[in-house]
Amino acid sequence: MDKLISDFSLGLFFWQTILFIGLLFLLRYFAWKPILNAIKEREEGILNSLESAKNARKEMQNLTADNERILKEARNDREELLKEARTMREKMIDEAKGEAQVEANNLIAKAKESIETEKQAAIADLKKQVADLSIGIAEKLVKEELASKDKQVKLIETMLKDVKLN
Amino acid sequence: MAFNFSLNAQHETEHATEHEVVVQHEEKSLKETIKENIQHHLKDSHDFVFFSDSETGKHYGFSLPVILWDDGLKLFSSSKFHHGESLAEVDGNFYKLYHNKIYKVDTEGTINYDEQHHPTNAKPLDFSITKGVFSIIILAAFMLWFFIGIAKSYVKNNGVPKGAAGFMEPIILYIRDEIAIPNIGEKHHARYMSYLLTVFFFVWFFNLIGLTPLGINVTGNIAITFGLAIITFLITQFTANANYWKHIFWMPGVPVPMKIILAPIELLGVIIKPFALMIRLYANISAGHIVLMSLIGLMFVFHNWLGSSLTFFLAFAISLIELLVALLQAYIFTMLSALYFGFAVEEHDDH
Repeated sequence: MDKLISDFSLGLFFWQTILFIGLLFLLRYFAWKPILNAIKEREEGILNSLESAKNARKEMQNLTADNERILKEARNDREELLKEARTMREKMIDEAKGEAQVEANNLIAKAKESIETEKQAAIADLKKQVADLSIGIAEKLVKEELASKDKQVKLIETMLKDVKLN
Repeated sequence: MAFNFSLNAQHETEHATEHEVVVQHEEKSLKETIKENIQHHLKDSHDFVFFSDSETGKHYGFSLPVILWDDGLKLFSSSKFHHGESLAEVDGNFYKLYHNKIYKVDTEGTINYDEQHHPTNAKPLDFSITKGVFSIIILAAFMLWFFIGIAKSYVKNNGVPKGAAGFMEPIILYIRDEIAIPNIGEKHHARYMSYLLTVFFFVWFFNLIGLTPLGINVTGNIAITFGLAIITFLITQFTANANYWKHIFWMPGVPVPMKIILAPIELLGVIIKPFALMIRLYANISAGHIVLMSLIGLMFVFHNWLGSSLTFFLAFAISLIELLVALLQAYIFTMLSALYFGFAVEEHDDH
């Protein structure tokens, strides 16, 4: 202890303290603060980058999920549309078939009707022609039958006989 | 390292040439000279001598300014002392350099002693730019240049450490993440970072410089370690919160009689802490220098191939260990300072 005290030099202590404090303050403002700030900024930068990378990844995952969802939806939509179209087509076909049937039936009915009318007309015509022909024949026959008086009387007698019988 | 060491050995050789002459006459004298050399090396001096040749009495080095306060400022070159061989006469006063201390003497240069062989002459206030002060100025300038350069490189390289910054950054980060934050806490550590970094590099660099053959012993000087420890002490006291003082004077959570007993113990602890800090660094570095120099001295004591080469390797091994000690002591000083700051700003909820 005695040696320590005798070794102690006030001048050295004085200069050491002054120089050290001066060094401390100069280094503090011109070296440590910029260095520590730079390190801190860099560390924060790294943290932020990591964070943003994480966020980006998450976002990308979300996007992928979204894409998939949209795709799925689109596929569903397409299927639905196709289904709808199919039903619509079937419905339309059905409707058209029905309509066609009705139309055809109508046409057939009309045709039948006109055929009937034509037939009736033809029959009537035929009847008329047959009647005319018959009358012509009958006329000719009558003319021939009734050419002599005897024959006329005989006929009247026959006819009267027939009437009696009726 | 080996280079430094060989230089160191060479430095000693210079002394050895002086001893070898003596060796033939008197063995004891060599040991005495080695002892004196070590003692001389450990102390601060008023001139910067790299080595001396005792045969011709020549000292290789340069003089430093002497600043005395003795009824007015006295400023003169240390060359006036001629390495303690002559008296310096300034403004009619005579000063003598005796064991690296300046005493006011009469024209004859008489030194009076008391019973313990301590000089009783008047000692003027000595604010000389000694070897230690000179080294501090040089190292402070170097540290300013070096670390401001690093700071600038960070700005220039957009926060990317390059060159020296790349080497220093892990150390700075270690001090922040392994010393400051665990001991002081995330919240308060930033306030103390400047001091911790400065003290770490200051002590480490001076410990390393002490291992070079320049023969500078700064961190092994009690005035320096006292200066550092007192700054740690003052910072601790001035940044302490109410909690710290409460734990010293009125320890919470113990019975009143215990509080009264604990107060002086705690108060003593406050002073012991920086005292231990001061002694630890001083003792470690001084011891390292003494051991290393003694081993180097032993080479010349043995003065034969076997003993000298053995001690050479021993000295080599010790200087490797000293390299580690240089870093370790800087670390311990910083670490303990951080620990004390941690006590000062500790926040207890309750006990």
